[in-house]
Amino acid sequence: MKMSVIEKGDTNVIEVNNLKMRYGMKNVLKGVTFSVKKGEVLALLGPNGAGKTTTIEIMEGFRIPSEGDVRVLGIHPKNGDEAWRAQLGIVMQSWRDHPKWKVRELLEHLGDYYKPYATSTRVRPLDAEELIGKVGLNEQAEQKISSLSGGQRRRLDVAIGLIGNPEILFLDEPTAGFDPQARRDFHEVIRRLSEFEDTTILLTTHDLHEAEKLSDRILILAGGRIGANGSSEQLARQVMGKAEVSWTIHDDHFKEEVVEPVQFVRNLFEQHGDAITDLEVRKASLEDTYIKMVQRIESNGQLEETLSTFEEGTP
Amino acid sequence: MNPVIHAAKLGAKRGWIEFKQMLKSPMDLGFNIVMTVIFLIVLYVQRNRMIEGTDLALSMFTLPSLLGMLVVFGGFMGAAVTMTYEREDGTLLRAKATPNGMISYLISRIISVTSNSLVTVTMLLVPGLFLIQGLTNIGWSGWGMLLVIFVLGTLATLPWGAVIGSLVKSTTASFNITFLPIGGLTAISGIFYPITSLPDWVQILAQIFPIYWLGLGMRSALMPDVAVLSEIGESWRYVEMFGVLGIWTIAGFLVVPRILRRMARKESGSTMEKRKQEMMSRGY
Repeated sequence: MKMSVIEKGDTNVIEVNNLKMRYGMKNVLKGVTFSVKKGEVLALLGPNGAGKTTTIEIMEGFRIPSEGDVRVLGIHPKNGDEAWRAQLGIVMQSWRDHPKWKVRELLEHLGDYYKPYATSTRVRPLDAEELIGKVGLNEQAEQKISSLSGGQRRRLDVAIGLIGNPEILFLDEPTAGFDPQARRDFHEVIRRLSEFEDTTILLTTHDLHEAEKLSDRILILAGGRIGANGSSEQLARQVMGKAEVSWTIHDDHFKEEVVEPVQFVRNLFEQHGDAITDLEVRKASLEDTYIKMVQRIESNGQLEETLSTFEEGTP
Repeated sequence: MNPVIHAAKLGAKRGWIEFKQMLKSPMDLGFNIVMTVIFLIVLYVQRNRMIEGTDLALSMFTLPSLLGMLVVFGGFMGAAVTMTYEREDGTLLRAKATPNGMISYLISRIISVTSNSLVTVTMLLVPGLFLIQGLTNIGWSGWGMLLVIFVLGTLATLPWGAVIGSLVKSTTASFNITFLPIGGLTAISGIFYPITSLPDWVQILAQIFPIYWLGLGMRSALMPDVAVLSEIGESWRYVEMFGVLGIWTIAGFLVVPRILRRMARKESGSTMEKRKQEMMSRGY
């Protein structure tokens, strides 16, 4: 298949251009543009209701956009045939199917559907046994699926998403509703899966830490638009330098947001010397910035300003 | 390897795996067992009553009629409830996300609905034959007719169940919308007593639907020839029987692909999530 000759990192496997989605009177997506390179792990980060699931469902071919051009593996999802579908792995938010099947039995059965789509460069399906090990379900392999915990069930869903050795894996809110331990286990699984170097992963999450931990690049989706785009380091660098300095002089409290905290504090001491007490310098974290940005986009129409503040030159 | 044929084979395999799963989980058969016991009690109570104008026991009439009704239950209700249930739990969406998964899904469901129905029918037939004298003496033609009626009855009702299952929102709604009409039709279709004792207009209404004809077909298969005297026109009316059931079958298979495609197109993760939320807020 033509996609398999593409080397990692030099071609976009997903291209989304000015994507718009309306439900009745409500504009859910107001012109979303981004692309994903082969092998990349991209997180679509945003608050609930930001349009993350809608975006991912359009790429999976489960929803037809109102406007805009979407290419997944070079094909518009609504025209995608079964051969195209065979190159995608899909993990959705809530899946309770096949409760009576055993873990290994279902994984092997679903893998069989991918057999006709194997190519000389791409084994299909992957070995079920190995995959069960990778997602940490060795002990549950012979158990009924209905007996799995929420976290185990989701890991099985990921294994099912991967069984066809997909070019692209879509993960929609993979850890929603997890307790911290299950979340950590799951992150561990995803990290292990990054060995699948030529599988591009696109995941949605409303958890900034998860996005930071798992992805090469983060897209922040809020108010139906992409608010920021870059690696977590790049995003952090954009907000670096901004810090909140608070101090007290003779029982009067002061607080200021400054770009150069070191210089600012030096000036402060030169001016007031020992009169300063209770000095605190706090760097704005990525989280502060993210929350502030989401609030601003959601609460008022300062969208353009926000965009110009946060958008960074993207490839 | 042709992917479509490959998926069809996987569908057959899936149907077989799920049939075995059903046999292994007695909970699934619970409803069937309760129904069967109730029907057997009815048959037992009727054993000394005679069909008017004959010396045949009423229970001899009721058993085959019930078998005809069970075919409708199995095909129509079975398909409707399966379809809505598996839309809710994501089985259908999984099929959609898998290459050629829908082909396999449909084949496996035809197999599992039919085999479930066959189990239900057998569960009543076998003890019924022991309970009621005079029904086993039917020869190969009788058994052949029983099989033909079962297959045709399933074909005539299963697609309509799938249509209902695709259109309604929840499993509960799907159960109610199929169970109540079948209950009503059973009452007027001459299942528990000959239809000839009902007013003419009721008889005409009943003859539009498959359930009467399946009861008639099963009676023609299992009952002695003299029993035909208590039927409309004192005839088994094979032409009309196969005609009506054939029309339901053809119409069903013409309508069902369109409806299924429409439903499958609309199905996505968020519609499923929405249903789950609604279900949780209802509390069941």
